[in-house]
Amino acid sequence: MKTETKRKGASKQGAAKGRKDAGANGANGVTSSPSTAADGELICTTETTLGAEQLLELYRYLLLTRLVEERLVNLYRQTKVVGGVFRSLGQEATAVGTCYALESRDFIAPLIRDLGAVLVKGIRPREIFAQYMAKAWGPSEGRDLNIHFGNMEKGFIGPISHLGDMIPVMTGIALGARMQQKEIVALAYIGDGGMSTGAFHEGLNFAAVQRLPVIIIAEHNWYAYSTPTRLQTAVENLADKAAGYGIPGHIVDGNDIIACYEVTKRAADYARSGGGAVLIEAKTYRRKGHAEHDDQRYISAEELEMWEKRDPVDRFTRHLLTQEIATQAQLDAIVADVQREIDEDVAWAEESPMPDAEKVAYGVFDNSIVPPAFRPKIFGDK
Amino acid sequence: MSTATKKEHKSNRPARGGVATFIEAIRQGIWEEMERDPTVFVIGEDVGAYGGAFKVTDGLLDEFGEGRVIDTPISEAAIVGAACGAALMGMRPVAEFQFIDFISPGFDMLTNYAAKCRYRWGAGLPTVFRGPCGAGVHSGPFHSVNAEAFFLNTAGLKIVEPSTAYDAKGLIKAAIRDPDPVLYFEHKKLYRLPRLREELPEDDYIVEIGKARTARAGRDLSIITFGAQVLNALDAAAELEREGLDVEVIDLRTLAPMDKEAILASVKKTNKVLILHEAARTGGIGGEIAATIAEEAFEWLDAPVVRVASIDTPVPYSPPLEEYHLPQIKDVLEAARKLAAY
Ligand SMILES: Cc1ncc(C[n+]2csc(CCOP(=O)(O)OP(=O)(O)O)c2C)c(N)n1
Ligand SMILES: [Mg+2]
Repeated sequence: MKTETKRKGASKQGAAKGRKDAGANGANGVTSSPSTAADGELICTTETTLGAEQLLELYRYLLLTRLVEERLVNLYRQTKVVGGVFRSLGQEATAVGTCYALESRDFIAPLIRDLGAVLVKGIRPREIFAQYMAKAWGPSEGRDLNIHFGNMEKGFIGPISHLGDMIPVMTGIALGARMQQKEIVALAYIGDGGMSTGAFHEGLNFAAVQRLPVIIIAEHNWYAYSTPTRLQTAVENLADKAAGYGIPGHIVDGNDIIACYEVTKRAADYARSGGGAVLIEAKTYRRKGHAEHDDQRYISAEELEMWEKRDPVDRFTRHLLTQEIATQAQLDAIVADVQREIDEDVAWAEESPMPDAEKVAYGVFDNSIVPPAFRPKIFGDK
Repeated sequence: MSTATKKEHKSNRPARGGVATFIEAIRQGIWEEMERDPTVFVIGEDVGAYGGAFKVTDGLLDEFGEGRVIDTPISEAAIVGAACGAALMGMRPVAEFQFIDFISPGFDMLTNYAAKCRYRWGAGLPTVFRGPCGAGVHSGPFHSVNAEAFFLNTAGLKIVEPSTAYDAKGLIKAAIRDPDPVLYFEHKKLYRLPRLREELPEDDYIVEIGKARTARAGRDLSIITFGAQVLNALDAAAELEREGLDVEVIDLRTLAPMDKEAILASVKKTNKVLILHEAARTGGIGGEIAATIAEEAFEWLDAPVVRVASIDTPVPYSPPLEEYHLPQIKDVLEAARKLAAY
């Protein structure tokens, strides 16, 4: 099933010649062959320790992620979102499934597309909406965008834009915890693109030599903005890079939410019990552009269609129904509940005022030691 | 829900001259230099098929092919280092940072390798490092930086930042032809600003690096500025004219090496100076300009030199916060009135 991207001149791709595009060795070719229902349609792995109640909780988080993003797009179109919206459509199972495997004491550093992980960590949609709308009640009080904030109690270390930078930071989280005899796991997300940075390499190398409980989730969604993976790395699988650090590497079908959970659970047990760092590659696909403004001119319709068929929400829904874990009525009730929560939280965020202008001057340093950075006086001012 | 959106796309060669926006002027400049000189090439993240995050390099891939329009991994250190190496071999790279904020992973390569090559062993590096800078579009702390002061203290790097379409084209061409590393900063607010559309000459031209321009002549006080703040300065000057104040606006265009002559000539003419820049005030380029004036034209001053700049915080996201953070026209007006009355 070789899919050609239609990019003009792609065949002249020098060093990249003959390498594969998204889906040619896609999610389903690599791990053990995926589970299917009686009609041949994809479902999730049936090998799991998760009970029905947990599976339904997982379903709720997956839907919450998708529907929060859909609402963000609506708000964006109404110009209520001030910055951009970066969708995780088609890859939500990776963030939700992997994060669900952690304990509440564990820490994550998500990327912009890991809203699902942030929600699993207990951040409420209202905080996300207020943050996107640059409102005063948002967790950064209007100072930063999207999921660029943090919550130490919930084990959420907010990212910065600079890709790769969170890997050394999460190494430090694990180091600091170990120095205090805390048995936590530090899990960081990174993209196929972000793995090319020096910071990624330096941080993971340090974690590896220190045998720190750092888990890297390499989200292989085939594009970094417009750049395909074949121009990002010469290895076949991102997990192959693990060998270079002397740590175990695993590949998982990133659209199989249960498989994502299982592989991360095992990695967390291994890391927590002293095994050290682990690299997990989740093969998935970014079905939207880099952000809402991106026309995806570099992507072929065939490729998109193929991945639409592998939609993680459809797939998990089918799993729950065909495996008789839930009835349609139960799932409908979850969707209704999620919608209600979103409606409430959007209303809350809309009610929030914009931040007070002068607030910007506070908190660069500890203001009890260094005064706030107010606009400087020009001579003659009192 | 179908997401299949593949569009037929073809970006045409830009006109030679004609009415152009700021961004179109940069694109014309790069395009013409690539036509003129086969050693010129473009390197950066998403500069090829996508045409760059802001589309500065749109169409170059179709015209010049993948050999000369190179999409890189996300690695600014590799972009800068490889540009330097290729330059040593006689090529002329034009490297793009997706946002100038992401120059930071390339900082080591720029300040230690690029800046010092000629000085250490006579190896000039004809390289251009360009990208969108600046705030005011609600992009928050990591997509808004003005980075000139990070580099001003490193000998060996030229820094330019145009404020008109004419200069944007003339300076990118000059930067590409320059024998040394040039940082070329483009304020993203200017890219498609209708106000900056202007008729460009059909003929080849450059704007000399190291030369400021008088954006508006005046006698009562000088505003020394550059980049997008030139527009604020001109707007303030127009308002002050109604109050009977005749304001001169100097657009530096090149920040390193700075056009001291132009600055000092204006000081000697108006005797009062307001320095305006968008980067935070402390450690900003304004301090350097003020010190130069104090050292070399103290006796010409009728008032203290005044700086108007951003306050010393990161650039915040939310509009009211960002507005407070950034210098506004009203801040310029207030400072100018006090200066005039001094
Ligand atoms: C150091 C650095 N350089 C450039 C950028 C600009 N940028 C933002 S996202 C992105 C692509 C990221 O791709 P990937 O890591 O695969 O993550 P994905 O968007 O696919 O989730 C780029 C180049 C950045 N954020 N950081
Ligand atoms: Mg990616």
